Amino acid sequence: MSDETQPGLSVLDRPNSYIGRSVPRPNLARLVQGRGQYVSDMVLPRMGHVAFVRSPHAHARILDVDASAAKTAPGVIAVVTGAELAKVCTPWVGVLSHLKGLKSAPQHAIALDRACWQGEAVAAVVARTRAAAEDAAEKVEVAYEELEPVTDMATALDAATPVIHPELGDNLAFERSLDAGEVDRAFAEADAVVEASFGFGRHTGVTLEPRAMVADWNPGEARLTVYQGTQAPHMMQNIIAKHLGLAEAQVRVVCKDVGGSFGIKVHVYADEMATAALSKLLRRPVKYVADRLESFVTDIHARDHVVQGRIAVMKDGRIGAFAIDDLTGIGPYSMYPRTSAIEANQIVNLVGGPYTCRNYRARARVVFQNKNVMCQYRAVGHPIACSVTEGLVDLAAQAIGMDPVEIRRRNLIHDDAHPSDSASGLKFEALSHHASLDKLVAMMGYDGLRTEQAAMRQKGVHRGIGFASFIEVTNPSAAFYGVGGARISSQDGATVRLDATGTVVCQTSVTEQGQGTEAIIAQVVATAFGVPLERVRVILGDTDVTPYGGGTWASRAAGIGGEAALQAGKALRQNVVAVAGAILQAAPQSLDIRAGAIVDADTGRERMPLEELARIAYFRPDTLPAGVSPEFVATRHFVPKKYPFAFTNGIQASYLEVDVETGFIRLLRHWVVEDCGTIINPQLVDEQIRGGVVQGLGPALFEHCLYDERGQLLNGSMMDYLVPMAPEMPDIEVGHVVSPTAESELGAKGAGEAGTAGAAAAVMNAVNDALAPLGARITDIPITPERVLRALGKVS
Amino acid sequence: MTAPVDISLTVNGEPVEARVLPRTHLADFLREELGLTGTHTGCEQGVCGACTVRLDGEIVRGCLVLAVQAQGASVETIEGLSDTGEIADLQAVFEERNALQCGFCTPGMLIAAQDLLAREPDPSRGAIREHLSGNYCRCTGYQAIVDAVETAAKRRREANP
Repeated sequence: MSDETQPGLSVLDRPNSYIGRSVPRPNLARLVQGRGQYVSDMVLPRMGHVAFVRSPHAHARILDVDASAAKTAPGVIAVVTGAELAKVCTPWVGVLSHLKGLKSAPQHAIALDRACWQGEAVAAVVARTRAAAEDAAEKVEVAYEELEPVTDMATALDAATPVIHPELGDNLAFERSLDAGEVDRAFAEADAVVEASFGFGRHTGVTLEPRAMVADWNPGEARLTVYQGTQAPHMMQNIIAKHLGLAEAQVRVVCKDVGGSFGIKVHVYADEMATAALSKLLRRPVKYVADRLESFVTDIHARDHVVQGRIAVMKDGRIGAFAIDDLTGIGPYSMYPRTSAIEANQIVNLVGGPYTCRNYRARARVVFQNKNVMCQYRAVGHPIACSVTEGLVDLAAQAIGMDPVEIRRRNLIHDDAHPSDSASGLKFEALSHHASLDKLVAMMGYDGLRTEQAAMRQKGVHRGIGFASFIEVTNPSAAFYGVGGARISSQDGATVRLDATGTVVCQTSVTEQGQGTEAIIAQVVATAFGVPLERVRVILGDTDVTPYGGGTWASRAAGIGGEAALQAGKALRQNVVAVAGAILQAAPQSLDIRAGAIVDADTGRERMPLEELARIAYFRPDTLPAGVSPEFVATRHFVPKKYPFAFTNGIQASYLEVDVETGFIRLLRHWVVEDCGTIINPQLVDEQIRGGVVQGLGPALFEHCLYDERGQLLNGSMMDYLVPMAPEMPDIEVGHVVSPTAESELGAKGAGEAGTAGAAAAVMNAVNDALAPLGARITDIPITPERVLRALGKVS
Repeated sequence: MTAPVDISLTVNGEPVEARVLPRTHLADFLREELGLTGTHTGCEQGVCGACTVRLDGEIVRGCLVLAVQAQGASVETIEGLSDTGEIADLQAVFEERNALQCGFCTPGMLIAAQDLLAREPDPSRGAIREHLSGNYCRCTGYQAIVDAVETAAKRRREANP
């Protein structure tokens, strides 16, 4: 066990360490051959397919559901209404006790007497094929009485606006205020005060594989097996059991390959609860795969905020105060169980976060509307907080005539100031804003770019450079959900087992949706235990098999699941080395496991292959010395305890060109420097950053769920809703600063959301940098050609 | 035109006889009748490219071709292209470069990329981006895919100068 005892060396520095190596992911071979298994691929015997009849109205009373014609249509197994399904599935309310005052109304798997958004299911048709179910669904006659929809969040709280859930008293789901430092004084004493209104359009995830579930109630076992593309299998197990009146042990959730998630597949959806309930009701497997049109009106939407922002600044660049007022619309229900108030709460927490300024006032209001439900999506709150903060900082710089890099240098929290906290009370263990800024400026060749920009401007070409510093919440403790009463685990576990041929199996409670979880867990286990990577097999996504845990969301799998795997690997090594010592008559401390063999720790000389040790332990235990009992399985769990969140930080920059005649924006280059602590697999981190950036560029330029005043989604198809495609996206250069967290031996923080957090802010600032000489300013995203031309006064 | 129709075609080199509803599109036929689930459906309106397959040597959207239109044709899917080894080099570099995350777009992306490389042995990054412009990937941001296709092209040129 020499590695940890030598000064300055950690388990990460072990011989043949895989930490910091860009090894390929072990699960890719099947995916490139089309041999993955997604839930949408699954077929079970006697399986029925469900199609939902969905409300065409944003708000309507359901007067009658006539299923008689549908019930006799070819292939139909059952037609089920909300009232019928409510007998096997109880409703839920999406609130958390630590979000004081948050309220919502009971939501049913299928609407009972009222539809509250266009797309809410009002009946289910189960048939032998999906096509037959859809055919029959068209024959279900629903009589509606249209009600006045609440669609404009700006007037949702007005006295004249109908209250969507009268029993709640008003349309206000949640409100939070914060007042830190001396805000009024800072604004009064400022050399300049700048304000702006920032708008963030609703957008959605568009996972390429839509949400999918196969639920299989087996009355013979009295067990429900649910195959689901989900990020959080144990959370789903708990909730399905709770609302179907089952014990948790009666529900098994299995998660195979997942075709994209990004926060879309971490929530409890009414139609998925209905699918599980239908299986129980009909005593047979039921499959639901949302089609793309259903996805647009039922997958959670994200953002939809309008933020009034104000900043006070002194002539020397010192920021005096930030003040924001956020209004967001979340649809008719707060989502379950994570709630739809987390994003607004995060915005209050995060605005101004990178900066030393201590004067900060914020208010956030969350209102109900008759639109699709809105909830947490990749980088929850961060893109809004970052765009508002960074937009205000750039406006302040402009007001005092200071370079945007310089104003950041003068205000970012110093790298040697940690541990520190923010005006809103966030605790920072170790951040590297200045090192990141310096690295970014060097990577992009900032001075040269400014020269190029000026030269192009002479030719009538309008280019802009925009920056966005950010902080990112990762590795959340129970502070996120557990303290609010949700049974969403913040700890994760890993079980590592040495098999009879010297191979290792690791069962982990964190999950894979393409990030590379399987790879990084294998790298950590191979390193901690001491075998070649190809000898480690990782099993995840099955509540019957893995330790209990939270899953993969909020940039937590590597930092939390990785540490559990590291400790489990170390523990197994100790167990194995103890048995080896007994066989070899050597002190266990003098032995180690390297490259799949027991070796002398000092010299590395091989003493015995692992397979030989395993052979003796499993097949000839009679030859072991008395009292030696091999225990070739070890389990460890981990949760961060000292800090509620492991904050990461970074900075992004965008270089782009605005065509002032057409309003089109061409992204030229994009840079990111981020600090996620220990990097387990550099390629995977970089690809998380790049994918995250593009997921932020989409809503910056294209993505927008457009509703009319009646609450009808106008562009709910992939024809009409624009997503980033290959030709429009730039190459993205990624750099790193490494400040490991001391909470874990691994030192890894999350990286999955950093790209999305700052991309839109960098683009918005770059557009405004390009347009500044023309006197135009845009603070609403997506920045469409129409918005550019309006800002330039070319269209009215 | 709603009665089932008999069709015969070749799928990945194997003769297939089937009776299909006229409205069944090729991607559903491959997935549901033949169990070839490597062909994915993401939008079923010809936008996302996840269902890309080869029909008589040309790439098509499996959701925009009816199964009955494949009468007498030769269809190749990701399973077939994998088993023949035709795109083994491309698949290897996708793995090395992590040019896929969730993998749902990948079969279609690989078939579209192979189509480009068959026509243009030395495509620019811009040409790669253009050729893949009908294949949606939500995970990668595309750069790793462009890198992988560029590398595969380079290796093929070096192998066959």
